[in-house]
Amino acid sequence: MFAFFEHPRLRGGVHTEERKQHTSRIPINTAFPTPKKLYIPVQQHVGKPAEPLVKVGESVLKGQLLAYSQGAISAPVHAPTSGVIADVRDFPAPHPSALPVRTIILESDGLDAWEELHPPADPFALEPEEICLRVGAAGVVGLGGAVFPSAVKLNLGRKNQIRTLLINGGECEPYLTCDDRMMQERAAEIIDGVRLMLRGMLAERAIIGIEDNKPEAIRAMRAASLEYSFISVETVPARYPMGWDRQMLRYLTGQEIPADARATDIGVVVHNVSTAYAVYQAVTHAKPLISRVITVSGAAVGKPQNVEAPIGTLMSEILAFCDTDSRKTARIVMGGPMMGDALPHAETPVVKACNGILALTEAEIDPKPVQACIRCSACVTVCPAGLLPLEMANRIRVNQLDSAVDIGLKDCISCGSCSYACPSNIPLTHYFKFALGELVKRQQAEHKSEQTKRLMDERNQRLERIRLEAEAEAQRAQEARAARLAAQKAAAAAKQETTV
Amino acid sequence: MSAKTLGNKIISGPHVGAPLQTYQIMRQVVWALLPACGVGVFLFGWPALYLLGVTVASALLVEAACLKLRGLPVLPTLNDGSALVTGLLTAMTLPPWAPWWIGVTGSAIAIALGKQVYGGLGQNLFNPAMLARVALLISFPIEMTRWTNIEPLFTGPGLAESWRITFGGQEISDAMTGATTLGLVKTGFSLNQTLPNLLADHSNWLSFLGWERGSLGETSSLVLFITGIGLWRKNIIQWHAPGSLLGTVFILALIGHLLNPGRYLDPWTHLNSGALILIAFFIATDYVTSPNTPLGQMIFGAGCGVLIYIIRAWGGYPEGSGFAILLMNAVTPLIDHYIKPRIYGRYRNGKPLDISH
Repeated sequence: MFAFFEHPRLRGGVHTEERKQHTSRIPINTAFPTPKKLYIPVQQHVGKPAEPLVKVGESVLKGQLLAYSQGAISAPVHAPTSGVIADVRDFPAPHPSALPVRTIILESDGLDAWEELHPPADPFALEPEEICLRVGAAGVVGLGGAVFPSAVKLNLGRKNQIRTLLINGGECEPYLTCDDRMMQERAAEIIDGVRLMLRGMLAERAIIGIEDNKPEAIRAMRAASLEYSFISVETVPARYPMGWDRQMLRYLTGQEIPADARATDIGVVVHNVSTAYAVYQAVTHAKPLISRVITVSGAAVGKPQNVEAPIGTLMSEILAFCDTDSRKTARIVMGGPMMGDALPHAETPVVKACNGILALTEAEIDPKPVQACIRCSACVTVCPAGLLPLEMANRIRVNQLDSAVDIGLKDCISCGSCSYACPSNIPLTHYFKFALGELVKRQQAEHKSEQTKRLMDERNQRLERIRLEAEAEAQRAQEARAARLAAQKAAAAAKQETTV
Repeated sequence: MSAKTLGNKIISGPHVGAPLQTYQIMRQVVWALLPACGVGVFLFGWPALYLLGVTVASALLVEAACLKLRGLPVLPTLNDGSALVTGLLTAMTLPPWAPWWIGVTGSAIAIALGKQVYGGLGQNLFNPAMLARVALLISFPIEMTRWTNIEPLFTGPGLAESWRITFGGQEISDAMTGATTLGLVKTGFSLNQTLPNLLADHSNWLSFLGWERGSLGETSSLVLFITGIGLWRKNIIQWHAPGSLLGTVFILALIGHLLNPGRYLDPWTHLNSGALILIAFFIATDYVTSPNTPLGQMIFGAGCGVLIYIIRAWGGYPEGSGFAILLMNAVTPLIDHYIKPRIYGRYRNGKPLDISH
């Protein structure tokens, strides 16, 4: 019983209102017309931004490499359609700040002509290294939201001799159904992607975890994986944040990843279902990641649905395609409503990380006034990481950030469960994000002042050295003069002696 | 859609709201307290109703006055319902025929000294209602231990006479009062009597239903138990504190009773007497003054149980619930300091887990 208290399979979490029913039963809309202009940021992943290798005015074909991967952790970007490079300049990023980032602007020629592709004859006969190479070259990144370059993870998995590949089909965020639809419609391709990943990592088995609120997806995935005994499809309870990879891993395997380690350290690699599909496309058809399925939903959207759109499409065009009423829109969110980012406007492009665009009305957001904390500890109950949100917020409020770190601030995953459950509407997650940002800022300032101090010290040492050298020089000169004088004196004395 | 800007304020997720608001929680607690209040009014007649009214009204007034003095908006805070809960709980712990000024003083102590001086809702160290109960018991021992006989509504004093009892300072004759079970036992022991004699005409089943002398809202274990379980089922309170509190008292009473049945009350009488059930479900579960982890709440409950049993069995007062709660309230920050949930991927001491394949 004690063990149960200490190591529960499932801890915390909230039952959110799902609001998935508007989009989960409608097939993915693949008829989205190619936009006239595409805005492709060179950084759509964790790591170093890609370096553009096309020039303004150059014609490109669909799938052609636009910017190449730089460094060990990076990913390339490709042309989502054929056309002409109109510009390479700064453009608002899909981020709460909408600050400009380096973006390749591609003007479509309307032909949508592919470059010549070289798919392998038998993708499953490829060497593991070759699979990873192809995944990396296709610009595949984690499509669940973390956008970590997939090839890096596959290589890491092979080097660490991992045993289990966990495929995350949780999709626990309310509204979002893109993974659900992918599993329902493209199960066979996803399973092929999983098999390729297993081969790429030389891993033995794969577990696919799907929340129990997606029975159709579970059925489709079970049917597609029937002939592969090393792939099992498991049902997990629908409770946010089930899609947190560490939560799902603990639920399915009972293993817990140590706080200072990665999943690979305990023999597991976690990938998203959509990533598996992208891997399949990259290896089997040699097609780079240039489009993705996006859930467009929210009460301001007239025709909520899943849309497959090219990377670089302006969100405003996708919202218009789904008959969104801009007057009713109170907030535009990229991603799900729990962890997604509120964007200041929709004139910003779709990137690889974008799994949803929500146009929420005032009634859906329903902002309520912040009230006093009554220590009800609802936040403690729902925290999947086992933290004390109320206590951390108290310390952050009085600017004791270090003492907030002492009780686990850095273990916070910003899942938003505490803010969601708080009956006094205290924006707990906002406090934590602020504090983590502030800590980074302080660290940088500290680093800077240390640098300055080091430079100062060096300068002082240098000056001291110069002074000492000058002194030594002066002494030497004096000694030389004294010696010269003595010599003169001696010479004069000798002269006198000789004259006398 | 045009290039419409939705403001530059950075808003962090989640972008959807909480299902349950503070005032709704308080309202649920009020609903859960009302049946027990109803039982009290039924058993002890109109004076009980008057006392309940005057205590709750003065709680709200004192809260309003304090908010005004602190320069805070009065109505929105009053609407959170916390003063109403405190007023009700204070009234429920008073002798049903206590004069009006006991109720008013109790409310003033609870709200002003018990809550507002600390900074209002969520800031207080001690449970306001228990603070008032203990302060009154020490300051006015006679009024606070005058337990009237059961005079069910419409059989006892009428509206006018009841008015004089509560507001007119009318003396209550000794014939109309008696002792509570715990009081009877305590005084009986000082006269060297043993339990079987003392409890000759005590019925455990009647006291379970609430048919016994006692505080306004504490007599009916049955009603309090049902409403308390209701709150637990609605996820307003957790089971840890009440469970460990009642369990501790039960186990200690069982041990004592088995060792010496003539000296120590049986567990069933303990559970049905005094404020135990009210305390367990409605006071030990007070969010503000109890620990915020399940294990901490269990320790809190067990501590209350031990203290209650010690005071009842060997202390100077027949009932120890109020003292026990205040003492455990005082150690709540300590419990919260030492009992923390285990963080994912770490041992309890905060060190990362060892890597094991």
